[in-house]
Amino acid sequence: MSTLLEVSGVSVSFDGFKAINNLSFQIAERELRAVIGPNGAGKTTFMDIITGKTKPDEGRVIYGDKSVSLLKMSESKIAQSGVGRKFQRPTVFEDQSVFDNLMMALKKTRGPLSVLFFKPAQKDNEKVADLAEQIGLSGALHRKSGELSHGQKQWLEIGMLLAQDPRLLLVDEPAAGMTPAEREHTTDILREAAKTRAVVVVEHDMEFVRRLNCKVTVLHEGSVLAEGSLDHVTKNEQVIEVYLGR
Amino acid sequence: MTDAALPRRQPFALRFPSVMIFLAILALFTVGVTVLSEGFGMGVISTSFIKTLGKTLCLCLVALAMDLVWGYCGILSLGHMAFFGLGGYAIGMWLMYARTEIIVLESLSAAALPPTPQEVSDGIATQIFGVVGSSEFPPIWAFAYSLPLQLAAVVLVPGVLALIFGWLAFRSRVTGVYLSILTQAMTLALSLHLFQNDSGLRGNNGLSGLQNLPGLGETPQSIVSLWFFWASALALALGYLLCAWIVSGKFGSVIRAIRDDEARVRFLGYPVEAFKLVIFTLTAVIAGIAGALYYPQAGIVNPAEIAPIASIYLAVWVAIGGRGRLYGAVIGAAFVSLVSTWFTGGQAPDINLGFYTISWVDWWTVLLGLSFVGVTLFAPKGIGGLVDVLIDRKSPNRHGADLGPDHGALREQEADK
Repeated sequence: MSTLLEVSGVSVSFDGFKAINNLSFQIAERELRAVIGPNGAGKTTFMDIITGKTKPDEGRVIYGDKSVSLLKMSESKIAQSGVGRKFQRPTVFEDQSVFDNLMMALKKTRGPLSVLFFKPAQKDNEKVADLAEQIGLSGALHRKSGELSHGQKQWLEIGMLLAQDPRLLLVDEPAAGMTPAEREHTTDILREAAKTRAVVVVEHDMEFVRRLNCKVTVLHEGSVLAEGSLDHVTKNEQVIEVYLGR
Repeated sequence: MTDAALPRRQPFALRFPSVMIFLAILALFTVGVTVLSEGFGMGVISTSFIKTLGKTLCLCLVALAMDLVWGYCGILSLGHMAFFGLGGYAIGMWLMYARTEIIVLESLSAAALPPTPQEVSDGIATQIFGVVGSSEFPPIWAFAYSLPLQLAAVVLVPGVLALIFGWLAFRSRVTGVYLSILTQAMTLALSLHLFQNDSGLRGNNGLSGLQNLPGLGETPQSIVSLWFFWASALALALGYLLCAWIVSGKFGSVIRAIRDDEARVRFLGYPVEAFKLVIFTLTAVIAGIAGALYYPQAGIVNPAEIAPIASIYLAVWVAIGGRGRLYGAVIGAAFVSLVSTWFTGGQAPDINLGFYTISWVDWWTVLLGLSFVGVTLFAPKGIGGLVDVLIDRKSPNRHGADLGPDHGALREQEADK
C-alpha cells in the first residue's frame, strides 16, 4: 500500500513548551490506525498540524499522490484536498437542522459563488438521507442538531465527515460520552470507513482501541514511543511505565 | 431509505411565508401612502412626512444589509453607514453638478458671445466650491457630469472600499471586537477626511440642494417626493427578496455556520474569508444604494452623516428589531427612526417633574440607550420576537449555552426551537 500521509521530524513549541518533539508518522491509504497516549502527549496538536490549524516550527508534512506539503496550505484548502477532522467535543452547527448540517458537509465545490447558486439535486438529497440512515438519524433529519443528545451529535459529526468523503479521516475521541451500544456502532462505522480511506483515531479508551483491531501508535511527550499491534505495544516496558502502568 | 424523510422542494413563497407577508404589507403601505399624499390629491400626509417615510424605507434597506452581515454572518460591522454615506455623496455629486450647470448656463446666456466650455466649467466650479474657497474641480469630480457614471459610483465606490478593507481585515483573521473597532476606525477616518475643505467634497458643508432634480424645476416637491418614496419602496422590496434568497439556500447555511463556529466551517473546506468578503462587499453595495436614495430625500449629505455614531445606531436598530431575521431588521429600523423623528422633532410632550422638565429632544438618546440595554438583557429577540409569541415559536432550552463558540454566535434566547 502506498503512503498517503508522511509526517517527518515535526516539532512545535508553545512558549518554550515542546508540544511535539521530532515526531515522525506515516499512514497508508485505506489503513486504520489508533493513536493513544497520556494527556499532554500531543495528540490534539498532532491533528492541529495535519489540518493546518497549527504551523510547526520545523519538519515536513507530505500528503497524497502528488506529495504536496500541507504546511503551506490553509485549513480550508487542506480540507478540500481530502483531510477530514472530527473534534473531541462534538461540533455541529446547533442552530441548523441535521439535514442542513449534512448538506453543508456533502462533497461539492466550496467557493462562495457556486455555493450561492447551489441547488440540491435529487441524488444529493438521497445521499443525505442515506448518510442519516447510516448514523441512525433518519427520523431526526429536520430537527435542529442542537436538540440532539451528546451521542447523536457525535454521530452527526461522523456523518458530516463521511459526507465530505475525505481520503484521510482524523477522529478525536469518537467514543467520548457514548453508551456501550453506541460505542459498538461507532466502531463499526469507523472500520467500514477505513475500507475506502485512511482513518486515524485518537482514543483514551483501551477497550475501544482493542475493538478497532488495528495498528497502534503510542505518543508520549510529543514523539512516538512505540508502534505496532495493541498486544505488541502493551508489552513494551516504556509504554507500561508512562501510560498503562499509571 | 424513505422518501418521506426528504424535504419536498416547495415553491420559495411557500417555504418562506414571511417574505410574501412582508412584500404584501410593503405594497399596501406604498399604495396607502400614495393615496393619502399631497401629491395625489388627498393631502392627508404632508410632503415632508412623505419624505420622512421614504427616508425610513431607505434606512430599512440599510438595516437589512446590517442584518445580513451581523445577524446572519456574525460580523459586527460598525462601519456600514460609511458605505451608506458614500452612496449619497456619489449621487449628490451628479445632482449638484447638473443643477448648477443649468443655473450657470442660464446666467451666461445673457452674454453677447456664447460661453466656451471652459467658462461654463469654471462657472460651475466657482458656484460649487466657492464656500471652501476654491474655484476648480478636484479630480474626483471628473465624472460628475455623467449620471450613468455617478450611478455606477454609487455601487462601485462602497463596493471597492468594502472589498479592499474586508480583504485586509479578514485575511488577517481579525474577528469579534477587534473587527468592530477596525470598522469604526474606517468610518471615523473617512468622516475626518471629508470634513477637510480640501477633500474635494466641500468639507463640513457637504453637498446640498439634493432634493432639486436637475431639469425638473417645474415639478413640485410633492410629486418628486413620491417618486423617491416609490423608488425606495421598490429598492426595499428587491433588497428583501435578494436577502431572503441568499439566506434561504446553502449559502445562508454556510454564513450562519460561520457566525456560530467559523473554525469548524474551515475544516469542512469552506474558504471562510471569501464568504465573509462576499457578504461584507455585497452589504456595502446595498448600503450604498440605500444611501443614494436617502440623501436626495434628505436634501443634504455632509461628513457628520458618516460619523461613527451613525453606524452604531444602525446596529442598535437591528438589535432592537431582532437580529438574524430579516423582518426584524426592517421593523427595528422603521420603529426606532420614526419614534426618533417624533421625539427629536419636538412633537413629544415634555414631562414636567416639578423640579425638572424632561425635554425629549435632549433625553431621547438616553431613552434609546436604555431601551437598547433593556432589549439586549431582557428581550434578545427584539421586537421581532413578538411574532414568535403570535405563532407560538419557542426558544430551545439549552441551559444558557450559546449556539456556537464564536462571539457573534446566536444566543439561546435568539434561536428557534
